[in-house]
Amino acid sequence: MSQDLWNYLFIGATFGLYILIAFRTRAATTKEYYVASGGVSPFANGMATAADWMSAATFISMAGIVAASGYDASRFLMGWTGGFVLLTILIVPYLRKFNKFTVTDFLGDRFYSNFARFVGVVCAVFICMTYIMGQMRGVGLVFSNLFGVEIWLGVLVGAAIVFFYAGLGGMKGITYTQVAQYCVMVFAYTIPAVFISILLTENMVPQLGLIGNYTKDGAEASVPLLQKLNQLNTDLGFASYTDGSLTTLDMFCITAALMCGTAGLPHVIVRFFTVKSVKAVRKSACWTLLFIAVVYLTAPAIGAFSRTNLITEVNGVTYEEAPDWMKNWESRGLIAWADKNQDGKIQYSGKGPVFESGAGWSQRNGGAQPPKNLVFNKKPLYHGEHRLANGARELKNQLTANDNEFYYEKDILVMANPEMAGLPKWVVALVMAGCVAAALSTAAGLLLVLSTSISHDLLKKIVTPNMNDKQEVLSARVASFSFLAIAAYFGINPPSEFVAKTVAFAFGLAASSFFPTILMGIFSKRINREGAIAGMIAGIGLTLGYIIYFQFMVEHKDYLFGISPEGIGFVGMLVNFAVAAGVSMVTPPPPQEIVDMVESIRTPTNAGDATH
Amino acid sequence: MNSPETPGSDSDRYWKQCLNVVYIILGIWAFISLGCGVLFREFLDKTMPNVGHAPFGFWMAQQGAIIGFLILLFVYMIAMNGIDRRHGFGKDDE
Repeated sequence: MSQDLWNYLFIGATFGLYILIAFRTRAATTKEYYVASGGVSPFANGMATAADWMSAATFISMAGIVAASGYDASRFLMGWTGGFVLLTILIVPYLRKFNKFTVTDFLGDRFYSNFARFVGVVCAVFICMTYIMGQMRGVGLVFSNLFGVEIWLGVLVGAAIVFFYAGLGGMKGITYTQVAQYCVMVFAYTIPAVFISILLTENMVPQLGLIGNYTKDGAEASVPLLQKLNQLNTDLGFASYTDGSLTTLDMFCITAALMCGTAGLPHVIVRFFTVKSVKAVRKSACWTLLFIAVVYLTAPAIGAFSRTNLITEVNGVTYEEAPDWMKNWESRGLIAWADKNQDGKIQYSGKGPVFESGAGWSQRNGGAQPPKNLVFNKKPLYHGEHRLANGARELKNQLTANDNEFYYEKDILVMANPEMAGLPKWVVALVMAGCVAAALSTAAGLLLVLSTSISHDLLKKIVTPNMNDKQEVLSARVASFSFLAIAAYFGINPPSEFVAKTVAFAFGLAASSFFPTILMGIFSKRINREGAIAGMIAGIGLTLGYIIYFQFMVEHKDYLFGISPEGIGFVGMLVNFAVAAGVSMVTPPPPQEIVDMVESIRTPTNAGDATH
Repeated sequence: MNSPETPGSDSDRYWKQCLNVVYIILGIWAFISLGCGVLFREFLDKTMPNVGHAPFGFWMAQQGAIIGFLILLFVYMIAMNGIDRRHGFGKDDE
């Protein structure tokens, strides 16, 4: 069977499965739509939350980032798992006891203010929108790589599927499809890792392979894998794999911001509203982190293995000797080789990018305007399918003066893994189905928060309080269709070249708005409406201002205290805490019924069913 | 043993015990991730024995912290359920 056929088979079969599940579990009432009637088992909710949480970026890009930056990538590994500890011990048990449909409900009720509710709606919509665009883009990329279709077609197919089961099925439909998607993802992620681990280290547990010996050159020549990798990296002029290049303060702030941001992401929090009791929340959180850890503990192993493979198989060989996977991904336009020194061999080096990006060209050339015939682009641009005598595709890009001749897109490593390990075609198809599952499951969870923000928090609670149940579900469906249309549009025409930039927004925003405000709402009885609103505005203002200033307004990177925009959410959070505490001190304390409410969410009895 | 009819003192005690659990878990959480994985990494890489062939701080940042988080959540669940039981909460849940 051909690769295409396998791909169609796997993707088609998984899509069919998701739609079948969604059809059988479709929601009729608001309670089913928002929280799946609050009757999901802790185990199933754990799987669903894991799938919800692990996005296309986690599945496709994370191992690639680990491979490219070694220790520095630990900020994502720790940040995106450590956040679950904060989430579990500080946020979700209490919000579950509070017993409403959305995170914004808590802000509105605890701070007795529709303005706080409105700020919550805006933040939730903004966080989820930035996030969902990346997911739609991810689906589009997988489809275009797989079937050679245009990205827009892939985005539309993905959007249609998500609308079908999230828009129609609500939380109930999403929950059980996410369980299925988690299963697809976890097999797709770990199976190739096991085989590569056996190939490189003769250890069938990838996590042990990572700390074991590299045995591919024979048993006598075996050396520790990480030592081998450090050697390979430094020989080529890269930073040593196990040492970082970020400053400790920056690393600290980014990790902390990712952790606190994780604990403030509304689409993850609401997943815990679907279980029966506070006790079930605690249990479900354990399952969730366990399911996530399976993937997150594998990612560093995949990163190290594929980095080793990449360098040993590609560096210093001619095009004919290069492995097949390299040629396959070159033909898809995600790998490029420019033989700068004309020696016929591929030289990979850490001295800098292969292609001239155009930034600063004028300064280096005495202020001259670059000639029109030079092509500046960070990514390869080819002369169609034309190939040079050495076998490689001919490039249009203006090349840089450094030794580096080899370009690869970081995101391809997970997708190329099965080919690198020489696994059968169906494994490649499984990995592709896993990529799509990761993107769809996250998109569905986000879409639910987006639609409930509008139908429940904005319409029902602020604009038209006398709406009935049926109208509310209908407006949720209309809202999810509209948001999906917007997300699909931006998935096809991404507003910024770097999706990663917008991810910094989402986490920074969650860390500086939701997390600290909810935390204070639970753990302090003194924080009042004025304090919470002032704190949120200060935190968000600082974070957004800083990110926008450095990402979009200036070219230089002279960060304040060396904290990059990725880590500024942590500072924003501290500012939020300080301002909220200060303002609350000088304004009247919250009314008695709010104090009683805080008192009641602290005890776990009678969590009951979620209500309006 | 503690009657729920006197909510003032008993729920205060309950909340205090919960907070203690939260503080301890948070302390360990910060130490194993932001401490071992970031702040003291270079020191630990040099002074602590390797985990397999991985430097200690590097291993904590890439694997150890995540395993630690898992254990923490499990301990949290046990500890909180224990406190609930002693105060007569959550009997009829699940």
